[in-house]
Amino acid sequence: MNEQPLNRPAADDAPDEVVLSARHVAKSFGSVHALKSVNFDIHRGRVTTLFGENGAGKSTLMKILSGVIQPSSGEIILDGRPVSFASTVDAQRHGISIIHQELSLAPNLSVRDNIFMGRELGGPGGVNYAEEARQTKALMAELDEPIDPLTPVEDLRLGQQQIVEIARALSVNSRILIMDEPTSALSASEVEVLFRVIRDLKARGVSIVYISHHLEEALTITDHAVVLRDGTMTAHGRRDEIDLEWIVRNMVGENFDLGSPPTGHRMGEVALSLEDISIADVAVPERSVVDHLSLQVRAGEIVCIYGLMGAGRTELLECAAGRVPMSGGRVVLEGVDVSQLSIAERIARGLVLVPEDRQRDGLVQTMSVGQNLSLASIGAFTRWLMTSSRREQGVIRESIGNVHIKTDGPEASIGSLSGGNQQKVVIGKMLATHPQVVLLDEPSRGIDIGAKAEVFRLLAEGASKGLAVVFSTSELGECLSVAHRVVVMSRGRIAAEFGADVTREEIMAASGEAVVA
Amino acid sequence: MSDISQTASGEQSRKGRGSFDLGRMLLEGRAFFALIAIIIIFSILSPVYFTTNNMLTMSSHVAIFGLLSLGMLLVILTGGIDLSVGSTLGLSGMVAGFLMQGVTLESAGVTLYFPVWAVVILTCALGAFVGAINGILIAWFRVPAFVATLGMLYVARGAALLMTNGLTYNNLGGSPELGNTGFDWLGFNRLFGIPVGVLIFAAVAIVLIFVLNRTPFGRWIYSTGGNSRAAELSGVPVKRVQVLVYVLSGVCAAIAGLVLSSQLTSAGPTAGNTYELTAIAGVVIGGAALTGGRGNVRGTLLGAFVIGFLSDGLVIIGVSSYWQTVFMGAVIVLAVLLNSIQYRGRKKSAKPASGSGSASPQSGTTGG
Repeated sequence: MNEQPLNRPAADDAPDEVVLSARHVAKSFGSVHALKSVNFDIHRGRVTTLFGENGAGKSTLMKILSGVIQPSSGEIILDGRPVSFASTVDAQRHGISIIHQELSLAPNLSVRDNIFMGRELGGPGGVNYAEEARQTKALMAELDEPIDPLTPVEDLRLGQQQIVEIARALSVNSRILIMDEPTSALSASEVEVLFRVIRDLKARGVSIVYISHHLEEALTITDHAVVLRDGTMTAHGRRDEIDLEWIVRNMVGENFDLGSPPTGHRMGEVALSLEDISIADVAVPERSVVDHLSLQVRAGEIVCIYGLMGAGRTELLECAAGRVPMSGGRVVLEGVDVSQLSIAERIARGLVLVPEDRQRDGLVQTMSVGQNLSLASIGAFTRWLMTSSRREQGVIRESIGNVHIKTDGPEASIGSLSGGNQQKVVIGKMLATHPQVVLLDEPSRGIDIGAKAEVFRLLAEGASKGLAVVFSTSELGECLSVAHRVVVMSRGRIAAEFGADVTREEIMAASGEAVVA
Repeated sequence: MSDISQTASGEQSRKGRGSFDLGRMLLEGRAFFALIAIIIIFSILSPVYFTTNNMLTMSSHVAIFGLLSLGMLLVILTGGIDLSVGSTLGLSGMVAGFLMQGVTLESAGVTLYFPVWAVVILTCALGAFVGAINGILIAWFRVPAFVATLGMLYVARGAALLMTNGLTYNNLGGSPELGNTGFDWLGFNRLFGIPVGVLIFAAVAIVLIFVLNRTPFGRWIYSTGGNSRAAELSGVPVKRVQVLVYVLSGVCAAIAGLVLSSQLTSAGPTAGNTYELTAIAGVVIGGAALTGGRGNVRGTLLGAFVIGFLSDGLVIIGVSSYWQTVFMGAVIVLAVLLNSIQYRGRKKSAKPASGSGSASPQSGTTGG
């Protein structure tokens, strides 16, 4: 991780040959402009890194390049000719492959079967396994990772699995390889192996499009940087023209006002106290994702937990809410140990969680907006085992008004709402239970900047009425908004704690993300 | 990004709904229109079909697997399946028959004769017990619902056969001096000219309409089937809900067993064989989604009547039983086909969210 950026590519004098370029590429979803007229080039045998905060448009751009979605306007020029990809298969035919953050391997199948999945080599006697194995062996040898072709993928370490993905991409003669956060789940030594493979690929003329939140780490491998912010390209440059500060400056830009910490109210007693919490890793029980962590939050206080992916934020919050079992420690809510209580009992005592993935954990898609809003507070409108429709409508109307949901009415389907309004439904649902402590895991994920500001205003409003708020984020800008206190998490521990007057540089330094020289 | 694309297509489908209301209405009311069509067609083909007497006879047939369908609906709404209901029906009938014969206690040298109400309660308790085993296996031990209830299908049927070595209890009448008469009242007799079995079926349906629409438990069932993870994080006791729906399904099967034995005035160990499939068909024809979260009692009632009135109609006009089987199969597939057309809009919009092969929230809920 602390490796110095040694491999500056400027050494070779050959001018960089442009393989693929995007010209005025734009993409909108309904009225939301995810990408606005983006221009950039991918050079042969070079690593082009996309920098940008969550929601800046990196993943949209990547999906366009790999044929997952089609741009609303603009064109993609491959080898001087405009092309359009109808599907990922189509993009692959043109030599463009993508390796997603979540690997798309079948863990039950062998390395060989994964590499040839969907395009098995035929022969007179069925699949020609011998030839497949031979080619697999050759590929793995090229990548300096001599794994037996018959090893089941589930027996491989994550880093090795990633290399199998790369091998699969190479086996279809990919010239452009898009890698989305390839290092987020890798150990330091596995990152070394991956970077060596990337350098090998470069030497063979393969172009890499690299996306990562680890700025410093990404810089060690980058040749060209492209920075996106709110769907526009704000800057681009060669490695020898740029440094970390330049990236951060262009990533964050003029800050949209996400509010400031609410003042003027008296902070109360400690509402939530996490004491010496440890959580074991599900995959590797000996390892801890959260490691003896303690945190106290007072009534009326807003605490922001900043950390990269894999820092243990989600696990910590889910554990406090009762979703994830802990291997050690106590959760104390207003002086009472709630560690043994169920999720429902914790909600009843005033401790609620707004989960990170609202599609998977937050919303019931088969139910209406109103039914989703009232789901967590059914008890409040139940009398003698019966729900009262009149009381329920009251709860729903109050929630819609409190969190300002734009909807056709309580009967509207959840799918008819925008991402921001869906998020407000999840928040409104939990606030309708009248909690003392609300935990929010990445509340701004995938919502636009306006909705983001509104969500933070809601939090500030709640805190000024005595609510204790804990929210997690991986965006620096959000730490500097409504939080009274910023806690930086790294590898399951609290790396640093700051007041509201913290700067971006301090947070980044503490998270191990970057050291600004 | 995924959320935004979902919104976009959600809006599209809403706009689409306005443009062809008639097609939408026919699609959503398909079970109802199918039932009307069946009644009209068979009334034309046979003069005896549309008579009060025949309607009541057919309804008492419908009541049996209709009761199973209602229990099955609860299970399917949570995203599960209960294959054991046919066997539970058979076992319940046998246990009721056994209790009606009197239980001899060897040690005390006495024979206990239970009044009919006690037989009914004990039999329902047996159904609840069978369902509880299913539910606990599924909710707490994470056995897939299909496998757990398939196992129970065999175990319960085997137990029913073991009770009499495959023989049938023919004497369910009881005798006045023992105070255990009245078993025939459950299904064989009529009240206000309507078979009691049909009235029981209607009563269970009304109770379930109330439970699903008016109680927290009903809301919990829908949310568990729609997205069990979200339901759990909202404080819904998902595991308890899962166990309870199987218990209720077992009780419904036990009630069906009692009604059937009373209708036939005998209890045989093979009663209700393959009825679980008819029950599932009724729920599916009624518009419920096997992935959970969608469906209602009204639809299931219609589905049960469609199956019952169709198969009895085919018998009345003299179609061979082999052709009946073919017809039934075609109707079921057609129903599921229409289901997927109705829900396709939403499924499609969920696809981009799942990206590259990661599980969609819906498929996630079917596992538990």
